[in-house]
Amino acid sequence: MRYILPFLLLATPALAGGDYIQPVTDPLTQAECSACHMAFPPRLLPSESWRKIVGNLSNHFGEDASLPAADAKAIADYLAGATKSAKTVKGMDPANPPMRITELRWFTHEHNGEVSAARKKKAGSMANCTACHRGADKGYFED
Amino acid sequence: MKMLMIVALLAANPAFAGDTTPADQIARFSAEAGQPADAARGKALFSANHTGGKPDTPSCTTCHTNDPRKGGKARTGKAIEPMAPSANPARFTDTAKVDKWFGRNCNSVLGRDCTALEKADVIAWLASL
Repeated sequence: MRYILPFLLLATPALAGGDYIQPVTDPLTQAECSACHMAFPPRLLPSESWRKIVGNLSNHFGEDASLPAADAKAIADYLAGATKSAKTVKGMDPANPPMRITELRWFTHEHNGEVSAARKKKAGSMANCTACHRGADKGYFED
Repeated sequence: MKMLMIVALLAANPAFAGDTTPADQIARFSAEAGQPADAARGKALFSANHTGGKPDTPSCTTCHTNDPRKGGKARTGKAIEPMAPSANPARFTDTAKVDKWFGRNCNSVLGRDCTALEKADVIAWLASL
């Protein structure tokens, strides 16, 4: 976790006690996101990313994940409020925030060379955190 | 009081706590279409490769596999419970869920909403397995 984003470090002093990242605590967000994938911890992306992602659920990484407008707004508000703005992260453009956790520099540093082809095939996708990090849905990302 | 309600709910509906049944959903969509459901047509729609939708999901079977009595897998790697009510009694027992997922997945696979008749057909096939 040495290469983790600065905002993540600032946001999670508990990280010192292991690779813990506060999971989603909002029940609606938890239920809707985890229908298809683990509900990713809000702090893995800046507010602007969540607004953009949840604002375009009809084309959500190649699938329609539409929700009633009121639910989408509640989820966007929760996620954006539970993390930091891209403005606080060095080198990040708030107008063009990252759209994929897997493209963040700390993520590629942590995973490059770590995930064999067989392991990735078994996981199905890099979005499937719990395939390797068994406690990821509870916030624990140690190997 | 809470306990009594739970007991009453369980007694009324031993397998699940939904608001509908597969038969009710077939009836609902058939009525809307003004035509009876046809399981064979439902199977054809479910199994076919389509071109109008999103490129990663050309068919229902992309995620649900060719055998709806078995589980499938989402593109995210997450397991999907079987679609056939015989293998998964919770299927088609929640109206809001039926509408939500037809709404999403018809658009992902076909690039449009499914017609009422298509929904009736698909549920009729899944319920026949």
